Amino acid sequence: MSIADLERQAQQAENAPVRAIEGRSQWWLTRQRLRRDKVAMISLAVIIIMVLLAIFAPAFAALVHHPANTAYPIAGENSAGQPVGPGTNGFWLGTDDTGRDLMVRVFYGARISLFVGIVTTALATVAGVAIGLTAGYFGGITDTILARLTDAVLAFPFVVLALALAVVFGPSLTIVIAVISFFAWAGIARIVRGQTLSLKEKEYIEAARSIGAGPFRIMFIDILPNLLAPVLVIATLYIPNAVIFEATLSFLGLGIQPPTASWGNMLSAAQPFYQTAWWFVVFPSLALLITTLAFNLLGDGIRDAMDPTTERLLAARRRKRSRGALFRPRNDDPDLIIAGDAK
Amino acid sequence: MTFAWFLVRRVLSGIVVLWAVASGTFFLFFARPVQTVAHQLAGRTATPEVIQSVINQLGLNQPIMTQYWHFLGRLLHGNLGYSFFTQQSVNTMIGQDLPPTASLVAGGVILWLIAGLGVGILSATRARSLFDRASTVLVLIGLSMPVFVVGELLIVAVFVPLNQHGFTWIQTQYAGPSQGLGVWTGHMLLPWISLAVVQAAVYTRLMRGQLLTTLGEDYIRTARSKGLSERRVIFRHGVRAALTPVVSQLGIDIGQLLGGVVVIEVVFGLQGLGQVAVAAIYQDDLPVIIGFVLVAAAFVVVANIIVDLVYTLLDPRVRIT
Repeated sequence: MSIADLERQAQQAENAPVRAIEGRSQWWLTRQRLRRDKVAMISLAVIIIMVLLAIFAPAFAALVHHPANTAYPIAGENSAGQPVGPGTNGFWLGTDDTGRDLMVRVFYGARISLFVGIVTTALATVAGVAIGLTAGYFGGITDTILARLTDAVLAFPFVVLALALAVVFGPSLTIVIAVISFFAWAGIARIVRGQTLSLKEKEYIEAARSIGAGPFRIMFIDILPNLLAPVLVIATLYIPNAVIFEATLSFLGLGIQPPTASWGNMLSAAQPFYQTAWWFVVFPSLALLITTLAFNLLGDGIRDAMDPTTERLLAARRRKRSRGALFRPRNDDPDLIIAGDAK
Repeated sequence: MTFAWFLVRRVLSGIVVLWAVASGTFFLFFARPVQTVAHQLAGRTATPEVIQSVINQLGLNQPIMTQYWHFLGRLLHGNLGYSFFTQQSVNTMIGQDLPPTASLVAGGVILWLIAGLGVGILSATRARSLFDRASTVLVLIGLSMPVFVVGELLIVAVFVPLNQHGFTWIQTQYAGPSQGLGVWTGHMLLPWISLAVVQAAVYTRLMRGQLLTTLGEDYIRTARSKGLSERRVIFRHGVRAALTPVVSQLGIDIGQLLGGVVVIEVVFGLQGLGQVAVAAIYQDDLPVIIGFVLVAAAFVVVANIIVDLVYTLLDPRVRIT
């Protein structure tokens, strides 16, 4: 090999496109695993569709020319004054007790449910993380007081108190959000506290303290990022609870007030129509069920995707299954590579 | 000795909790102006004089602290006061409305625990079987359904068609056991199922997860290698250890159970404590509300003491201190 050859090779190596060495962060791995989870992806799609329906509810109302709160006593009710069924007189999902378009109202109900679900979860997460971090990090009397408070909120029959609060302050969207957030932070705080208690004993926290980091810097810059994963999972799983809670309050007449459409108050209005108008009960229930189910499935998917142990279990199971096929090349199996990298 | 001491301490702390709950509710409702209460009682067209006389009658014109001491004194004598609207004694009202609520809670809890734990154990021992997959899906649906939706769907899908076809055993509303056990069961069946479905879902999932973890422990392998029957391994060694976290979850969920009870009573028109309390809340009938909240809180306190006792029975490492 001549020197010219070597030079040419060196030139080629220099000109070759630089292959970046990609770092695989925990988040990247999680996203990859989540993408392969069909159930979670379908749930995500359902949630996105629901959000779009909620956002474009006024557009749908304009499309079918039926504003949400307008009653159609002639087209929307039969001669006996009863609601008409799906597909009659241009009402795709039928009408409700006063002859309003059920489909438009179900979409408008999604606005309330999703808004309440997401806002309360966000508020409760912020409060729960702050309280849990403080209790876990400072310990001592702070911890005792905050932990007792958390337990008290968790143990209280909260629907009863929620009813009372809703009545005392008058039912409204703000009160619904306040009441749900008030009861939601405790569960998050308890988990964050537990995690903080174990994290603060780690060496890297001691290292941070030894170079003079203050308590707030340690809490928010060193501990908090390590808590994001469990908090994200609890938050996703809390959204359906908040949606259910709002629907329950509205069902009892203490949440969103008619004529504003909410799935809860629609189902409450549907009560006298069990025998005569099944659609009035079934469609709002179905909307509620689909939404909460989608959030629950997505939350489960995120949890599984974030937990490397489930991945290792899956990989082990796959290995066991493929034991029959000897020496099957397995390094093309992305699961195994990811499981190895995650350690 | 330790046991008696534990009981005394728990009862005392329970009384403190009840006092806190009663006071909290009392002051919460005094956040509302007295006028609105009197207005509701006297009607919209009442003259100011009439409203004033109503306020005086109810003793609402006294300073709050005076009313509070009066209220506490009555409470110590076991008197919950009288309804603002019907002048009926709250004690009598609660006595009257208790049977539907008690039937609902008793039957619902039994059904809930049998279904939840049973299905959980079955799916853990048959992990990844068809039964396990089906139960996982059902659990998720159960977790995603509000109690009242379960109730309403049961009415639309079971009660209405059955009654339309002349099968009238299953009913809504309440009928006491005095009218025959069959009638009572028929009336309570759907409410029981609604209560159990939603609650059981959490427990099936918890039981399955715990039992799966437990069955992977070394001592289970030891038990198997000793030649114990599979049934004995699962129930004596597996389930017993797996039950501890389930029982501690129970303590938390009892409060939620009461919320479910209120909703189910409204859906099925059972005329129990919950439904009466909701009606009282609408009317600002303070003594009735406080009475209900106190009964609910007492129930939670007692149930939590029982849960703690069961806990120590299950896990000898937990000592009563």
